[in-house]
Amino acid sequence: MKTKARNLEEPGIASLEVLGFKLEEIPRWNCCGAVYSLAEDDLIHQVAPIRNLIRVKEQGKDKLATLCAFCFNTLKRANLLVRENAEKRNTLNSFMDEEIDYGGEVKVVHFLEVLRDEIGWEVLAQKVKLPLRELKVAPYYGCTLLRPREIAIDSVENPTILREFLEALGASPIDFPESTRCCGSYQIISNPDDISEYARDILNSALSHGAEALVLTCPLCDYNLGQGQKKLIKKHNEFKEMPLFYFTQLLALALGLDSRICHFELNYGSPELLLREKNLLS
Amino acid sequence: MSVTISPKRLRREFVRKVKELSGQNLQLCYQCGMCSGNCPAASNMDLSPRQIIELTRLGLEEEIANSKTVWICASCFACTVNCPRGFDLSKMMEAIRLLTLRKNIDYIRPEDISPQERCELPQIAMVSGLRKFTG
Repeated sequence: MKTKARNLEEPGIASLEVLGFKLEEIPRWNCCGAVYSLAEDDLIHQVAPIRNLIRVKEQGKDKLATLCAFCFNTLKRANLLVRENAEKRNTLNSFMDEEIDYGGEVKVVHFLEVLRDEIGWEVLAQKVKLPLRELKVAPYYGCTLLRPREIAIDSVENPTILREFLEALGASPIDFPESTRCCGSYQIISNPDDISEYARDILNSALSHGAEALVLTCPLCDYNLGQGQKKLIKKHNEFKEMPLFYFTQLLALALGLDSRICHFELNYGSPELLLREKNLLS
Repeated sequence: MSVTISPKRLRREFVRKVKELSGQNLQLCYQCGMCSGNCPAASNMDLSPRQIIELTRLGLEEEIANSKTVWICASCFACTVNCPRGFDLSKMMEAIRLLTLRKNIDYIRPEDISPQERCELPQIAMVSGLRKFTG
């Protein structure tokens, strides 16, 4: 986030301040491990996410908001494990005997849930200074905010949270059937050719439903769909490039923040051109 | 595909380990194919997700070891949320991967990732990929 997804983090933090929320970064946070460990006997990989939750509890706080969709999934699943499995909770607490005991007291939420549940779409809509009129954007959820079911921030089958968010900003959300389909995730390091295929299916579907750009929440989706497009353009002349936005960039823009905080220069697919076309950027 | 099933080829220890590591009851599956139908990577797999379940519970370790399917899986949980029997295939895939990785047999070599890719890839790609493909 701080090096390769500044265009996700910086507009997000600045926007929440405008909306009356000040985020406090966890002291001494560590990498959560990116993926939740799925093996029954593998408790050692639960230590990293749980340590972050202990840092939150130590601060006397009861809620952790994340912007990264991967962190959200890993932290929320690890938290549920500790909350629901007494035997594993005891083992983890015994192993981390230098830490205070942890029983899943912290609530893990995603940034989008803060917008929906703490602020509300109506209040957000009232704060919009630059409605994103005529911007036809397709919400792309990916996997980690919606699956598995026990951590989903919205309906697994028919999520609407990004659509509602975009409507509050005055944009025109475009639903498309591949909005929850996996981009290929970590397969980028082992099967990059498959990633281009997945990107082609996702982007062509959004395009055929009338989208001018895709709205993302996850840095890995951003990378895979960007890299996938680069390959597709080299391979197929007819492939039409599609700009990619992080949802926080559109939020900051609609709230009237200085567009420099959005770091559009880090995005794939020249989104500034599209925004200028719509008179949303000078 | 044709598979030869004989008592000599069945690996009960393999089935026991997959059950233990995944925490899943392999007999829940009734082979409806919802996992394969919902898997975005199924067309790139040599054995479909449904077939992997059947061959695993039969103990046909050799067929599983010769297949790339568990290494094509991106743990997207589309199978998990769509299974009408509540079987968590993503956990079974992980168990099979781990049985290989824990023998110190890696699926990728980190040194094969070029310095340029290492600079460009988001950290979550490197961390998650190395977690899934190396022991």
